[in-house]
Amino acid sequence: MHEYSLVQALMQRVAQEARARGASSVRRLSVRIGSLAGVEPELFASAYSLFREGTLCSDAELVIDQVEARWVCPQCGRSPAPGEILHCASCGVPARLAAGDEIMLDRIEMEVPDV
Amino acid sequence: MCETCGCGDPGLVPVEVHDRILAGNDRTAAHNREHFAERGVVAVNLMGSPGSGKTAVLEATARALAGRRRLGAVAGDLETDRDAERLRAAGIPAVAITTGSACHLDAEMLHRALHDFPWAELDYLFVENVGNLVCPAVYDLGQAVSVVALSVTEGEDKPLKYPVMFRKADLVLLTKMDLLPHLDVRVEAIEDALARVMPEPRLFPVSARSGDGLAAWLEWLEARRIAVGHAVARRA
Repeated sequence: MHEYSLVQALMQRVAQEARARGASSVRRLSVRIGSLAGVEPELFASAYSLFREGTLCSDAELVIDQVEARWVCPQCGRSPAPGEILHCASCGVPARLAAGDEIMLDRIEMEVPDV
Repeated sequence: MCETCGCGDPGLVPVEVHDRILAGNDRTAAHNREHFAERGVVAVNLMGSPGSGKTAVLEATARALAGRRRLGAVAGDLETDRDAERLRAAGIPAVAITTGSACHLDAEMLHRALHDFPWAELDYLFVENVGNLVCPAVYDLGQAVSVVALSVTEGEDKPLKYPVMFRKADLVLLTKMDLLPHLDVRVEAIEDALARVMPEPRLFPVSARSGDGLAAWLEWLEARRIAVGHAVARRA
């Protein structure tokens, strides 16, 4: 259940950004989670609903953008199909992960009085 | 929104962050990594399920390298410091990190544990992570290499079920090979599963009990030590 400690790290970062801008509350958080990040989006969301209480985020919506894993051959650019061997049959080189390991905070929408 | 104090409507401000949620852990891990590199210590993050044989592999490694290489270990466990005790009994200076309920070690826990531990004179610092095939893979500790212990008793499809940990591994130790004759498990099937989640699969079958296969593991460790040593020499 490392989702709890991830959400804790997220909340600290959000609080820091909000304080720096004198925000009165946070309206929406956008995060990006890859399918190979080792994070369960549902657990992440339930951890968030617990941790946001009594914080600037108490009414903030959490938007999770889930990113599918994508491997590519660094030489020919071909992607192996899901479940296929991660070694390019034609170029003979290991595939590289192009997307899918993200655990990112993308955007915070906050209410700032007197901007 | 505010109609009484005259402050006007709060403005909605979008702040673009685009940063890793674990950026703080990544910074501490980079700091640990820098320390290890400076002193030429090979830090090994050893991960695997509970009971996969992580401690047994380290005990066997200690026996094989006794008097030749300086080993040290940090063992993470939810409760008890039994693993650290076993390692000390095998001749490895070891300190326990009791995580309580945390299912993984993070870079800060490792950093704190090393404050009171003579790590800087070691050839190898083994970090035996909490037994778990998911969470430890998410946290960088500052290690030079990630090794996963997978026991033959866990079956053939573990890599496919837990791709995240195997994807990031530099090496998989297939442990408890002495039990293979008693199981319907084929090493080729495990190799095939690994090739579908790990772009450069490297699998060493070992038995900590009989010592079979340990030579390849020790040779691999030695190559890491030489590489780290060269890097230190280049800095000097």
